[in-house]
Amino acid sequence: MRRSMLFIPGNTPNLLMNADVLGADSIILDLEDAVSPAEKDSARVLVRNALKSLQYKGCEVIIRINPVETEYWTKDLDEIIPLKPNMIMPPKVNGAQDVKTVSEYIGKLEEKCGFPKNTVKLIPLLETTLGIENAFQIAGADERVAAIFLGGEDLTADLRCKRTKEGNEIFYARSRMVCAARACGIDVYDTPFTDVDDIEGLYEDARFAKSLGFSGKASISPRHVEGINEVFSPTQAEIDYAHEVMETIRIAKEQGKGVVSLRGKMIDAPIVERARQVIEMEKAMFGGLEDNE
Amino acid sequence: MKIAANAVAGTLESSDVYVTVEPAQELEIEIQSVVYNQFADQIKESVMEVLQELQVESGKVTINDKGAIDCVIKARVETAVRRAGGAK
Repeated sequence: MRRSMLFIPGNTPNLLMNADVLGADSIILDLEDAVSPAEKDSARVLVRNALKSLQYKGCEVIIRINPVETEYWTKDLDEIIPLKPNMIMPPKVNGAQDVKTVSEYIGKLEEKCGFPKNTVKLIPLLETTLGIENAFQIAGADERVAAIFLGGEDLTADLRCKRTKEGNEIFYARSRMVCAARACGIDVYDTPFTDVDDIEGLYEDARFAKSLGFSGKASISPRHVEGINEVFSPTQAEIDYAHEVMETIRIAKEQGKGVVSLRGKMIDAPIVERARQVIEMEKAMFGGLEDNE
Repeated sequence: MKIAANAVAGTLESSDVYVTVEPAQELEIEIQSVVYNQFADQIKESVMEVLQELQVESGKVTINDKGAIDCVIKARVETAVRRAGGAK
């Protein structure tokens, strides 16, 4: 279950130490924008040591590396991959080739470390106009890609427009990314809401992202995590309905019925699939996550 | 690795440590810490562990600790030494 993803600056010890107690399903330890060029070496070693020593219980660990056009990304992976993070987030991904380049390099490191192939997954960050236009190719570029993530701030700079709370300027990008991800059978994550103090605005933005089909949303502030988790969790009514659907299907199978209905509505394959997803979320939410290994 | 030049790593923020390294004839470690009485020995042990791993045999290492945990101290010492050796 990944509803919320919280960015943690990679060169800030007091935030790295407490990253797993802030309620996020995933933490993104950031080696890119949150770290100045003069401190890239320092952050890389600090994040590596944090992964080695801290357990980060109950949350997934994602590392945002530096872009492929920089001199840093291979050094980032050299230090980080041996610690087996759950996912790597390459930023400013413009096309399938960027994904393949990163995946191939990770593959070599995995082999060197004796890890099974594709142990470390990828969540490419699409934040350029070219990246958005190539969303489908990026989502399907490699087996390692488990999700894609929209970066609204850099994208609006590339679009040469102002980033607003309403988000009309990124509506096309959001829709295109959801469609591309779903077509490839992977998850898709929405850009952070950047006004840390506007909690009502956060709820509104998260609800809109959910209505478009996003799997969850990233955050740059721990204050937004609770709201994102709430919006992207199924409600009790949805959970109850999902169980009713599965029970109705079970009874119908026992009775050899081909077509069944619940509350006057026919239950077809998409409804069953949705119910299965809701029950999976329920198990993850109330059954607890496995400790990160 | 040889400490060939002066270098620093870390910050004076809470939970961090500011490490200074400089060339010297012998190995010398100086520690200032907000938790000196309780943890000076452990801090020295962590510093020594990193210096041995990096095969540093001489140089002056100054630690100004603001309550950093072990993995942070080790990271900052490693970065300072690598910077002093010309590695990035």
